[in-house]
Amino acid sequence: MLGKTAGGLYWMFRFLERSENTARLVEAGFRIALTRSKDPEAEWKSVLTTAGARSLYDQKYDDYAASSALDFLLRDASNPSSVISCIDNARTNARMVRTALTTEVWEAVNESWMALKTALKSPITETKLPALLGEIRRHTALVRGAVHGTMLRNDIFDFTQIGIALERADNTARIIDVKYYTLLPSASFVGSTLDNVQWETILRSVSAHRSFRWLNNHDISPMSIADFLIFDSRFPRSLSFCSRILEDNLGYLAKDYDNRLPCHDMIDAQRERLREQTIASVFDDGLHQFITSFISENNAIGQQIEKDYRFVG
Amino acid sequence: MNSDRQHFDEMLLGQDGVRAPYAEYQKWFSQEDPTRLSKKSKEAEAFFRRTGITFNVYGQSAAQERLIPFDLIPRVIANREWTKLSKGIEQRVRGINAFLHDIYHRQEILRAGVVPVELIAQNEAFLPQMIGVTPPGNVYTHIVGTDIVRTGEDDFFVLEDNARTPSGVSYMLENRETMLQMFPELFSQIKVQPVSDYPKNLRRSLAACAPENCDGKPTVAVLTPGIHNSAYFEHSFLADQMGVELVEGHDLRVVDGKIAMRTTEGYQVIDVLYRRVDDDYLDPLNFKPESMLGVPGIMDVYRAGNITIANAPGTGIADDKAIYSYMPDIIEFYTGEKAILKNVQTFRCSEPDSLKYVLDNLADLVVKEVHGSGGYGMLVGPAASKKELASFAAKLRKSPSNYIAQPTLSLSTVPIFTKKGLAPRHVDLRPFALFSPDGMNITPGGLTRVALKAGSLVVNSSQGGGTKDTWVLED
Repeated sequence: MLGKTAGGLYWMFRFLERSENTARLVEAGFRIALTRSKDPEAEWKSVLTTAGARSLYDQKYDDYAASSALDFLLRDASNPSSVISCIDNARTNARMVRTALTTEVWEAVNESWMALKTALKSPITETKLPALLGEIRRHTALVRGAVHGTMLRNDIFDFTQIGIALERADNTARIIDVKYYTLLPSASFVGSTLDNVQWETILRSVSAHRSFRWLNNHDISPMSIADFLIFDSRFPRSLSFCSRILEDNLGYLAKDYDNRLPCHDMIDAQRERLREQTIASVFDDGLHQFITSFISENNAIGQQIEKDYRFVG
Repeated sequence: MNSDRQHFDEMLLGQDGVRAPYAEYQKWFSQEDPTRLSKKSKEAEAFFRRTGITFNVYGQSAAQERLIPFDLIPRVIANREWTKLSKGIEQRVRGINAFLHDIYHRQEILRAGVVPVELIAQNEAFLPQMIGVTPPGNVYTHIVGTDIVRTGEDDFFVLEDNARTPSGVSYMLENRETMLQMFPELFSQIKVQPVSDYPKNLRRSLAACAPENCDGKPTVAVLTPGIHNSAYFEHSFLADQMGVELVEGHDLRVVDGKIAMRTTEGYQVIDVLYRRVDDDYLDPLNFKPESMLGVPGIMDVYRAGNITIANAPGTGIADDKAIYSYMPDIIEFYTGEKAILKNVQTFRCSEPDSLKYVLDNLADLVVKEVHGSGGYGMLVGPAASKKELASFAAKLRKSPSNYIAQPTLSLSTVPIFTKKGLAPRHVDLRPFALFSPDGMNITPGGLTRVALKAGSLVVNSSQGGGTKDTWVLED
């Protein structure tokens, strides 16, 4: 496979994952701002920070009104993490690697792009938002379904999964990073409304408010939430889960190409660290520090993969 | 332009009759419900959009992708007609290859005075870098898309020999796919020669032209300028259908005297490169230094016989519009036979007598730039305003050798499907010929382009043209 094609697949799926993550953040933010928060602007500010879009946003707007935040996160082409930018980038990459995709996958991406471009043509009002978010979710699910149902399990598939795993881990880690202070034991006033709102936001941002409750019915504590987001290997957005997907697919590549590369050592080291740690040790050493180093480690692995598999010349 | 003359319609004869090749189709069509067909027509458009069968229009924003309108009435060619056409095309393609070999070697045709020396020496399409180079298999034009027009029952003319990188074959294939999906019953009733083997034949034909020193199965790749190119869809389509890599210049480099592509496992040698990049952009070291689309040093690898480039660099000298007028003589010179397919009468404005005639009759002629393509930079006399005629005349006087002129042909029409029923529109035909040491392979039919505006003669997709499925009937 061409290195460029591997890179195109990897980025296509990173962008698809990112569009979904942005939509999920918007959904959580919208819901919290609507139902729980006394200060909706602070909520949108926090959503923008988590989406990594704060500095760009601040250059453009003076406040954090819902309408501006929605516009910026959903349909502003100048924001590289907006849903429209992500879908556009995903499709551009898909066009580039079209020969590596099945017809079903290509058509699912192309249709998503056509539908969302139309849906995001005019500003999104709060009335229209739930339907729009539903549409985004449906389309990304369609692409994912097409990938799983039609693509060969070969190097092409591996690079798609690697892109997803890296992007998703980055997203979950950034959510923890932005909200880590609410997860610190010292800041916990168990049962206070403020904390409940914060925790609900976190869980909703990763679409886990229900599954978390199912798994931890009587233990809703900062530590149990952090444990869930970092270590629970059942939860498909946890750092541990993403790391395992990465390990698996890099492993398939190593086997397929009969070649172990520096990125394999890096993922092994990350797996090892996650295995050795517990949530207690993470809190002892400092949650913030743990997350910060995870994010940079995750980035470093991504860059090493780009180099090892010759994405660019 | 609007021309009120009587046109030859390939389907209908006057009020009631249909021409024989259309008899079966007409029988089916007359029983169809127009509303159902209208619906089918919309379905086809949705299908093209979803599949992404689009082209980019130059001068518009990169995101601008357009559909080439597809008309659901097929263009039908009788077997007998096709046999003659394909013979004519084969003869022409062989003639062109012999000409190219001669022009870059002994230049006997110039010595014989059949083609004037200055037409070659001063021609930008002539590549001095190709002098003395014999491409692998001695094939220059691996793929040719000859543009053919028709004016009457037995009157076919070659309008242009596209010997560089002819495009449109993906539309030929997708048009058939669309028809098969929309009207499967038609194809069980009427026996139409299939076109779907083209990608397989293309790959086989390209592989047959691999360099001699290539051992094992040749690696073929398609070189595209990238996703912003107007024909990118076709490039990725062909690579996909052939099962070969689609590469860009920055995927390639010279490794140990060969061209290799950067893969996830290192550099892999390419034996045959089907390039959809113009000569000028192919190699920044040998041609345009600012080109980002090509591969530095590929011409040196080529000259050393270590890669096949399809079509060979420098083939443009054969489809140049000034050379075109000599094509019947060229064919006779090399094949010893009269050209089967006629040329359109052509006035070379470089010749004083012709220039005078052209200037005197500008309003009745089509004037084309010698190096132009895509219908740009041409004057359609009968459709032009007085002002346009005057300004074009000035251009002509200033650099006459840049232009040729032809009478406006009364192009044949084929009906298109409209809300108000069938309506005649002018068409042309681009069949695709593959040439290798194994022989010639011409896909039955080709791409029919149709001017969708009533009376218009411009069929180019960039200027409002559409396409039709083209049927060659089984015997």
